[in-house]
Amino acid sequence: MSAIDVEAPAPPVVHHGTVANTVSDILAVTKRNLIRYVRVPSLLVFSTIQPVMFVLLFRYVFGNAIRLPFFPYPYVDYLMPGIFIQTVIFGSTQTGVGLAEDLTKGMVDRFRSLPMARSAVLAGRTLSDTVRNAFVVLLMTIVGYLVGFRIHTSIVPAVAGVVLALAFGLAFSWISAWIGLAVRDVESTQAASFVWIFPLVFASTAFVSASSLPGWLQAWAKINPVSVTVDSLRALLEGWPSQAYHLWASIGWVVGILVVFVPLSVNKYRRSV
Amino acid sequence: MAEPAIIVHGLKKYFGEVRALDGVDIEVTRGTVFGLLGPNGAGKTTMVRILATLLPPDDGEARVAGYDVVKEAATLRSVIGLTGQYAAVDEHLTGRENLELVGVLNHIGKPESRKRAVELLERFDLIEAADRQAKTYSGGMRRRLDLAASLVANPQVLFLDEPTTGLDPRGRMQLWGIIRELVQEETTLLLTTQYLEEADVLSDRIAVIDGGHVIAEGTPDELKSRVGGEVIEVVVADPSQLEVAVAQLSGLGTGAPHVDEITRRITVPVGEHGGHVLAETVRRLDQAGVEFTDLALRRPTLDDVFMTLTGHAAEEAPANGQAAAARGGRRGRGRA
Ligand SMILES: Nc1ncnc2c1ncn2[C@@H]1O[C@H](COP(=O)(O)OP(=O)(O)OP(=O)(O)O)[C@@H](O)[C@H]1O
Ligand SMILES: [Mg+2]
Repeated sequence: MSAIDVEAPAPPVVHHGTVANTVSDILAVTKRNLIRYVRVPSLLVFSTIQPVMFVLLFRYVFGNAIRLPFFPYPYVDYLMPGIFIQTVIFGSTQTGVGLAEDLTKGMVDRFRSLPMARSAVLAGRTLSDTVRNAFVVLLMTIVGYLVGFRIHTSIVPAVAGVVLALAFGLAFSWISAWIGLAVRDVESTQAASFVWIFPLVFASTAFVSASSLPGWLQAWAKINPVSVTVDSLRALLEGWPSQAYHLWASIGWVVGILVVFVPLSVNKYRRSV
Repeated sequence: MAEPAIIVHGLKKYFGEVRALDGVDIEVTRGTVFGLLGPNGAGKTTMVRILATLLPPDDGEARVAGYDVVKEAATLRSVIGLTGQYAAVDEHLTGRENLELVGVLNHIGKPESRKRAVELLERFDLIEAADRQAKTYSGGMRRRLDLAASLVANPQVLFLDEPTTGLDPRGRMQLWGIIRELVQEETTLLLTTQYLEEADVLSDRIAVIDGGHVIAEGTPDELKSRVGGEVIEVVVADPSQLEVAVAQLSGLGTGAPHVDEITRRITVPVGEHGGHVLAETVRRLDQAGVEFTDLALRRPTLDDVFMTLTGHAAEEAPANGQAAAARGGRRGRGRA
């Protein structure tokens, strides 16, 4: 074969890699993922039943035994921000599970052979899980209201609180994405998520005050991303605690996690062959 | 002459100790069908994945439709279609939604994606099931949907990795029909298969690949002539007589007899004097008291080619223990 024989290939008709295409790719993948939640409602039902059970358990069973000398409102108002954060974290573990499934079922191969934006599979997945989280948070707010939960601030901080909770979930989705891409197996990813989720959620101020935890746990419970975010949410929804420290710490965690895990996950995805 | 649609030069890919591809050279002319034929673990999927930009090669060069598979991967993706070894369809989407999604991700626009989806659903006999979730599809329907998905954007070069594995004979024939049609539309097609008959029926040229090496290449006829003329095939009635029969037949033909113990079949390449050897075969078997249920003189099939080239049948595990051992450790995928 000589160079002279070579005919220039026909130029591709469409231009790929534009911003508009990237956005359209992300939205297409997001929609595809959300369709799944609609078609398999049991996924959503089970991820909702569990936090509802937590609400009932803590509100009516453990709640009476939990002492909160400084909190000015009933325990349920202390509890619900913890439930919101627990809900979004548990929801975010589905990001890794979904990606592991796409990998094992060959969907990732299909996507990678298409001229779509490389980032769209991950971005679409974390975005669809954020939408799903928003839906579950809304549902939990309604459940909370039914058992006596009230917001004691105003609409603006309350909305900011919801945004913070969802941003926190998004950050954890990226951790989960990285785990799913590393583990590449649906069941293992599912199991792995409990290993890192449990110490975060239960060694925190999500359901009890830091002072009620054993001494050695208190130090961790105070800087734990879940604690600072739940306390930020309490500040935004209930006006307590009043310090701004929690909010900055929480935003710091969200940004920090994204800065570390977005590149890590994207890199893992590129190399997942 | 236009540049070949696929040019592969010195391509290598190692997975640890396993040499999945160990210096492969092939060229595929535009608008033709190229069959990559080989047993389990030969390196077929590795080859397809490299050409479809999913896997970077360790060494060597590959160009598809004029684009380098590594340096120009992004552009290349817009002119190729891939149907992998395992159907990659989204089970929760309907057939139509699956195709529309691929269209949108190929950036052909929403209206065009809709139009293509309908065309392909009709052509692949899926229009009735178009609005059912793909998880309700049979294996054959999934395969067809998967193939349709790789055609949404009218690719110049299409890769099909074992397109008919797991299909019943009817499904296989149907897919062959579709593949033949495709070729008339000037798509270049590279397909892999373990079925020698399939490569024979569909391909203009065939490369036989084993243990990461191309061990033969040519038109189906060229490959058959490698066996050298005709083949005698004997099916022995009683398995205990196989050994006696083989002893009688060795030295008769132009090559060593091959025995398949399960089907009690012995094949011997006999060159150009088939008629004469046939008579001799009958005489010898008779003398030795070997009963047979079938005896035939026939043109060689690619099975015979494979035997001649590798010394083992395509369906058998290769003698290369390394590749076989590594295969056991591969991560499994649910076959759709
Ligand atoms: N990701 C991987 N990691 C390790 N080894 C691999 C990997 N992919 C393939 N191999 C090995 O490379 C060799 C070639 O594999 P390949 O999948 O290309 O074979 P194949 O011809 O497609 O086989 P089959 O007919 O079974 O699909 C095998 O020995 C296989 O075990
Ligand atoms: Mg294969």
